[in-house]
Amino acid sequence: MRMDALSPLNNQADDYAQNYAEMLCRQVRDARANRSPLQINGGGSKAFYGRRVAGTPLDTTGYRGIVRYDPVELVVTVRAGTPLRELEAELKAHGQMLSCEPPSFGGSATVGGMVACGLSGPRRPWAGAVRDLVLGMRVIGGEGQLLRFGGEVMKNVAGFDVSRLMVGAQGVLGVLLEVSFKVLPRPQACACLRLEMPLDHALEQLTLWGREPLPLSAACHDGSALHIRLEGGEGSVAATVKRLGGERDNEHYWTALNNHDLPFFADPRPLWRLSLPAATPPLALDGEWLIDWAGMQRWLKSDAEPHVIRDAALRVGGHASCFAAGQGEPFTPLAPVLLQHQRRLKAQLDPARIFNPGRLYAEL
Amino acid sequence: MTFAFDERLDGVLSLVDRNALITEIKALVPELELLHQEEDLRPFECDGLAAYRNLPMLVVLPETVEQVQQLMKICHVRGVPVVTRGAGTGLSGGALPLTQGVLLVMSRFTRILAIDPAARVARVQPGVRNLAISEAAAPFGLYYAPDPSSQIACSIGGNVAENAGGVHCLKYGLTVHNVLCAEVVTAEGECMTLGSQALDAPGLDLLALFHGSEGMLGVITEITVKLLPRPEMAKVVMASFDDIAKAGRAVGDIIATGIVPGGLEMMDKLAIQAAENFIHAGYPVEAEAILLCELDGIAADVHTDCQRVRDVLKAAGATDIQLARDDAERARFWAGRKAAFPAVGRLSPDYYCMDGTIPRRELPSVLRSIAELAAEYRLRVANVFHAGDGNMHPLILFDASEGDQLQRAEALGARILELCVAAGGSITGEHGVGREKINQMCVQFNPAEITAFHAVKHAFDEYGLLNPGKNIPTLARCAEYGRMHIHHGALPFPELERF
Repeated sequence: MRMDALSPLNNQADDYAQNYAEMLCRQVRDARANRSPLQINGGGSKAFYGRRVAGTPLDTTGYRGIVRYDPVELVVTVRAGTPLRELEAELKAHGQMLSCEPPSFGGSATVGGMVACGLSGPRRPWAGAVRDLVLGMRVIGGEGQLLRFGGEVMKNVAGFDVSRLMVGAQGVLGVLLEVSFKVLPRPQACACLRLEMPLDHALEQLTLWGREPLPLSAACHDGSALHIRLEGGEGSVAATVKRLGGERDNEHYWTALNNHDLPFFADPRPLWRLSLPAATPPLALDGEWLIDWAGMQRWLKSDAEPHVIRDAALRVGGHASCFAAGQGEPFTPLAPVLLQHQRRLKAQLDPARIFNPGRLYAEL
Repeated sequence: MTFAFDERLDGVLSLVDRNALITEIKALVPELELLHQEEDLRPFECDGLAAYRNLPMLVVLPETVEQVQQLMKICHVRGVPVVTRGAGTGLSGGALPLTQGVLLVMSRFTRILAIDPAARVARVQPGVRNLAISEAAAPFGLYYAPDPSSQIACSIGGNVAENAGGVHCLKYGLTVHNVLCAEVVTAEGECMTLGSQALDAPGLDLLALFHGSEGMLGVITEITVKLLPRPEMAKVVMASFDDIAKAGRAVGDIIATGIVPGGLEMMDKLAIQAAENFIHAGYPVEAEAILLCELDGIAADVHTDCQRVRDVLKAAGATDIQLARDDAERARFWAGRKAAFPAVGRLSPDYYCMDGTIPRRELPSVLRSIAELAAEYRLRVANVFHAGDGNMHPLILFDASEGDQLQRAEALGARILELCVAAGGSITGEHGVGREKINQMCVQFNPAEITAFHAVKHAFDEYGLLNPGKNIPTLARCAEYGRMHIHHGALPFPELERF
């Protein structure tokens, strides 16, 4: 028979977690019975992200702790309320990491919030997104029932991949309780470079480098220079440093970029995130740019009309999200057929519309 | 006949007036090739799981997305089930036809629409073969990473439908990690784009949901895959062990060094001997187990990693360690592994391939239990194992023409899958549930979870017309299977709702 629906009790902390999970399930069942919406909260570090939700707060931060971590298996299972930095510290102590490099925006971020928002850091184009690392999940469903999808193994195609569906869903389909991730060894060597060059040249260069097996793990253009991070074995990193030249850069640049602590982000204008196809040339939009992910994630500080920014992104096959409150809809509207199916999915998994209604789109 | 669609256990299908359906399709979609004579249907009666066979009501072979749309609209209105088939290489009966259903064959969608070396993507039709993508990308120094063993024949649409893996998954991921965008036709015949040409798309991640959905949510009509630069160098180290548990521990030791091998495969004695007899790969036939460890990447790193892996293998008690001297020897080492299934097939008139996954630490105890079960069922089992990611392929040898051997093989297979679930693993790592493992789904998931899967299905396929009877069992089926299995000493769902 399968492993039990909740992790085994083995100490006081687990006992507390168990009681806490029971309380969360009760809250969901009550909300279901009263058709009273819930606003699911973690550490609140990404409260600015998405639409406002009117609902009774559901605090997941009491359900915390690492459930299982076996470094040799490259798998960790964590409760959703666990502070992200606690997880990262534990992985680091074993020479491992979450390769998608999720941002923490200030330090209160929880693992559940990281998964619900699905935001990834500078390493994303080379190492995958949050959803790529998720192996399985335990969630509370729309009836207050406990559900487990996926598992703690690297390959698992039994049933629909509901765990990956939950990533980036911002809690509109269920309450995340536990998540199992694939983790990876930290790179043996790392070097950061700063190369003075204009944006168009940098984008061309990145396109060429993309076709070579280089140990690139981050590439961001700040308006005047291209910042590069190399990660891999000692040999390849040293050889690539020699080949690319430029000046040595501080690796903290990437943490500051990831958490929006660079001076660029202090600009008072609204912040937009444009997610664009590879090899897209610079876009003609008013404002300041910071071009991350080798051009595939572009940050824009701009007063331009939201529809102007959205249309520019759509025209080249991408989309734009607003990271500032008060700019209307934060996310690009969905094609009607997509919206229709996402509404049906919401109606099926959360028939009483109690989970973060309207956080992603008004209709979900 | 465990595989035949059973309306009592799989749900009621509506009665279809076959002749009226044929007449309507011919009238509305005159260009669409349609097969309905028994001799024309025969080649489509099974997929790669040839033990399960059933003639479809009719076969359609569309060439355009519009034809797929029109067909889906007709079937939607008439309540006709549709089973979608790619290259037909699937190993779990996912494309097993229905007597009351249309078999939608996507094999005419074979065009590579674009290779964009600058963006490192390929836009392809679903019937393009997996290997053909890498071949088309090769002139640009690029390739498509997932490489299921059937890659010369399997098509990319089927790869998405099954979330196919391969021997390089640990480092390069599954199909879901290597696809950016998919165009699908819904059960109602509408076109829908999942994902985008960028690295993400707004809204819920339906692209991830469609991976491994086994044709239950829509029909895939176009796919954009990511291409990667070819690694500068690839080396293979082969290590022999006199004890399979030692080989299992060596796998963990390699991972513990911080190296992520491109591929890490294990074979047991029976599999080694079968492969060696078939391919003459140079395998040590006296060994109890071999490990094949591929290290790829930039030359400087590969050389260092090879040395470290050799040291680890030596310390782990390997009796012999060989580094493939050149690409020819490397290809030969891999050829033995890739041909392991047909090689085992030469030892026995029939074989049955399992696909469970387990946490790697459970390997020695699971292998021991498999050996005990094999003895209990009086059948031989050869083990081939994607050791890096915990995906086992026990191959059960049997002779269907001998007494009850087929029944024993099926029963043993079911026990092995239940063993994987008990060890914290899954009934399928990469072959899919299909029709084959429909009962074992009831072991891995409880009724609340199965109900949630049906809810997901309902959001895309209100009338249950897409590949009914596959992937997700009905609760009625699970209740029946639970009753069948109660004599093993455990209730089917003892733990539901612990709170």
